[in-house]
Amino acid sequence: MNPKVTRRRFIKGVVASGAAATTTGMWYAANGQDRPGGAVERLIRINVNGQMRSVDVAPQETLAYTLRYKLGLTGTKLGCNRGECGACTVLVDDVATYACSVLTHSMKNARIETVEGLESPNGDLHPVQQAFVEELSPQCGYCTPGQVMAAVALLRENPNPTREEARHAMSGNICRCGSYDSYLDGVMRAVQLG
Amino acid sequence: MAYMHIGKDFVPPDVPGKVTGRIKYAEDYTREGMVYSRLLTSPIPHARVLDIDASEALAMDGVFGILTADDVYPDGEPQSTGLKILTNEPTLVGEPILALAAIDEKTAETAISRINVTFERLPFVLDPLDSLAEGGANAYPGDQNTFVFRQGFATEKWTEDQVASFRAGNEPTAEPQQTWSLGDLEAGFAASDFVYETTFTTAGYPHHSMEPRSAMAYWEDGKLYLHGTSQSLTALADGMAPIIGVPKKDIVFINAATGGGFGQRARANSIPSMAIPAKLSQKINRPVMMRITREEEFTIGGARQGFQGWIKVGFKPDGVMSACDLYIISDNGGKGGGGDASSAADCIDVLYQPDALRFRGTSIGSNTAHRGAQRGPGQNQIAPIIAPILDKAADALGISRLEIRKINAPRNGDVAGPRQTPFTSAYVPESLDMATQQFDWEGRQARRRQRNGSKVIGLGLGQGYHNAGRSGMDGIVTMGTDGRLKIHNGAGNLGTYSYASTSRAAAEVLKMPWENCDILNVRTDNHLPITSPQDGSNSIFTNTRTMFGAATDMLNKMKEIAATDLGGDPADYDVSNERVHQIADESIGYTYAEVAQRAMELGGKFTGEADMPEELAEWTQISVSRLAGSAFMGVYHDPRHEGNPPGFTVTCCEIELDLETGKYEILDMVTIAESGTIVHPQGMENQLVGGAVWGIGLSGYERHLYDPQNGLPASTGYWQSKVPTYLDTPVKIGTGWVDLPDPENPVGARGIGEPSMGAVSAALTAAITDALDGHHFATAPITADMIINHLAGTEENAAPLAQNNFRG
Repeated sequence: MNPKVTRRRFIKGVVASGAAATTTGMWYAANGQDRPGGAVERLIRINVNGQMRSVDVAPQETLAYTLRYKLGLTGTKLGCNRGECGACTVLVDDVATYACSVLTHSMKNARIETVEGLESPNGDLHPVQQAFVEELSPQCGYCTPGQVMAAVALLRENPNPTREEARHAMSGNICRCGSYDSYLDGVMRAVQLG
Repeated sequence: MAYMHIGKDFVPPDVPGKVTGRIKYAEDYTREGMVYSRLLTSPIPHARVLDIDASEALAMDGVFGILTADDVYPDGEPQSTGLKILTNEPTLVGEPILALAAIDEKTAETAISRINVTFERLPFVLDPLDSLAEGGANAYPGDQNTFVFRQGFATEKWTEDQVASFRAGNEPTAEPQQTWSLGDLEAGFAASDFVYETTFTTAGYPHHSMEPRSAMAYWEDGKLYLHGTSQSLTALADGMAPIIGVPKKDIVFINAATGGGFGQRARANSIPSMAIPAKLSQKINRPVMMRITREEEFTIGGARQGFQGWIKVGFKPDGVMSACDLYIISDNGGKGGGGDASSAADCIDVLYQPDALRFRGTSIGSNTAHRGAQRGPGQNQIAPIIAPILDKAADALGISRLEIRKINAPRNGDVAGPRQTPFTSAYVPESLDMATQQFDWEGRQARRRQRNGSKVIGLGLGQGYHNAGRSGMDGIVTMGTDGRLKIHNGAGNLGTYSYASTSRAAAEVLKMPWENCDILNVRTDNHLPITSPQDGSNSIFTNTRTMFGAATDMLNKMKEIAATDLGGDPADYDVSNERVHQIADESIGYTYAEVAQRAMELGGKFTGEADMPEELAEWTQISVSRLAGSAFMGVYHDPRHEGNPPGFTVTCCEIELDLETGKYEILDMVTIAESGTIVHPQGMENQLVGGAVWGIGLSGYERHLYDPQNGLPASTGYWQSKVPTYLDTPVKIGTGWVDLPDPENPVGARGIGEPSMGAVSAALTAAITDALDGHHFATAPITADMIINHLAGTEENAAPLAQNNFRG
């Protein structure tokens, strides 16, 4: 700080941190966290990867937050936390869903699948995962779990898509590395792997 | 040349972790006792912090402390451009002012809302031309608007008439800050039969990598453990240590994977925010996690420099580019930028070899996101501007669009740039032939401008370039008595898999089966050598040299040990099947396990305890000293190479543009690399298709929007600065490569990451121009609304040459 500046020499611009917090508060709001003194967390049970999990959940808590920070399932990534990028895609009753954009409390009767739940009990990769390895589909890998889940959702709905159909089905998932071509190669190989 | 590993596909060891979600990025780690940091950032674009009252926040339960600029810069903030850890002199919205640590983010956020910061508001500016004009606001501290190397902050002003004349489309008349030239420009234009002149803009746009720059840090036994994000592991850690103020020997940087590199995670000074949890952790003696939001990532992550330029190009009757005159105002944003403008001129000189060229450039700050390295800085901005000009010249001179590019193409033995540096090798005509044949360029000419209802076909041909290789780094390989080869690779894992593909050069030298090799990377206490920052498409060239050299040192030591023990001269020995043996009688020799055992017994230079290269970097010396005596070791310092190792690309594309909507579909695209020997074909293909998507974004979508009234960024997310999606890119992109070795690299390799973008942007912009009967927007991006306005004859609601707003 400049000690020479006096109040006579400048236009005082007191920006209460309420203004500053409009920038930083986005995280706060997007994560569904309430301010202190707000609503309390409730213990609920949700079905994640075939297991019933008990977890304390705040009223506005997103599924992505619960999965990552309360259940330790960090394969689900947060790229934007506002439904733009798809990195947090999980399956809810077989439907590809942005986990950043649904509330955990709404998941009580749902079947949630994350990237951690795809491998077989003996450690074999899911055909989509195996195909993505063989085609070297990922680059930086941050969007990959979301891409995997979007592809799994597609192939459950349509086991034999055309490349064009796959392109449309995957279009809710951004890859900043631009590996779309390689992901589509992976989806088409996964069709062959069954 | 027949290789065992080079040129063959393999599964990089981190790929299974990426498809299963097991690989950890910085934010995925936790530590017992970890607390959370949140940032208070500047809500106004240009200000001075006069007072911070955090008393109420610090009195809250669960708050452990704050960190301010006064803490991190006790002797005052650096008086230069460049990102700071924290600042009391914010020059853009979102710049971190302070960090607060609390038991959880909820508490931290609430505490921040109770901090009162008193700002002195200062005038701000968003467009460099507005700042250049007399009376215009200045973006930097001390009411300055530019920074001159070795001189400091300065002010650059033009008369209002000069600015207005430039905006009106005329050649700038003011003195530039920087200039260089080659040949006789006047004579070049005099010899020209076709001269084209225009002003142009290219937009800055956010880096927007998928992983926000979160970081976690803790201190243990005097060492700092920093979980962060980077695209160059040891180069970044080497630079981060002095920023944090910790000796290099006492920092452990952990970075298994990085969610997107693209240039601005290559160097420590482009991510000084990682020092925040490190310093906060030191202050409060707890592990600190700093999660970064998408909005914060926009500010901390920075952006590409935007250009406001003027270009004049002349061509002789035979199609030779005889002269090019280029004047660029580059937007340095709020924290300084780079040398993009000069690189743009260099790129034109490389790709088109004009008889004469003049570059003039001036860099001006604006109170917008900081600018820095971003995939092909300069080379890629100019690519979509210059490509349609070549097409105009070809059409005017009656030369084919392919032929004019071949006439001007760089070849082996050519030189380019302000220092007239020779290429280490160059095969651009071969690349043009390969791309056009694979695409059937000639066969498709009949489709040019063909109409189908409201849709029209456009064809485009583009070229990309970036210098693609450095040298002077170090390499380390070790072998234990199990005979496995351990490759200590300081390269970062940014998604190119270069950490793995460059490691294969070491396996190649020792003819080692890949399954018997272990790559040591991920964390710097794996005793890693120094690498170059992995920007500038240099990883493959740079690190194959060091890996090859370190393995060759081990190979020579193997032969020396075998010859000493088993008789003969080292030259009488070779390696195969994990044995060092006599060439004449392969039964006489050692297995790798045995020779490693002998090395351990002999010690000294064989185990890194003596006779190490004197030129090793401090970072490498620390690693070698910690390894010394523990394993058989090969160590290498790479001498500097001669010449410019270039990366070249050529792209052909066909689009169908809808004249009613302004939207276009890319029907087909082929992109070809000329980057020496291909080390890892799948990795090369990924770089080509990834660069293609970036090129599509540059040409059609990505931009940098600010609210002109308050200086607030409006493109903090993926949809405002639209990153191309699956549906904006071709269904399938054809790829290929020339695959001719470069003599300055032991396996013949050069890099490709950056030019893969430029060629696509050039080709796509040329195709859009073609579909619109040659209308040259001279801007990037060209959005659908611009196309519609042009077709409707409607004037655009944007100032000419606007920057950080529509049309720039």
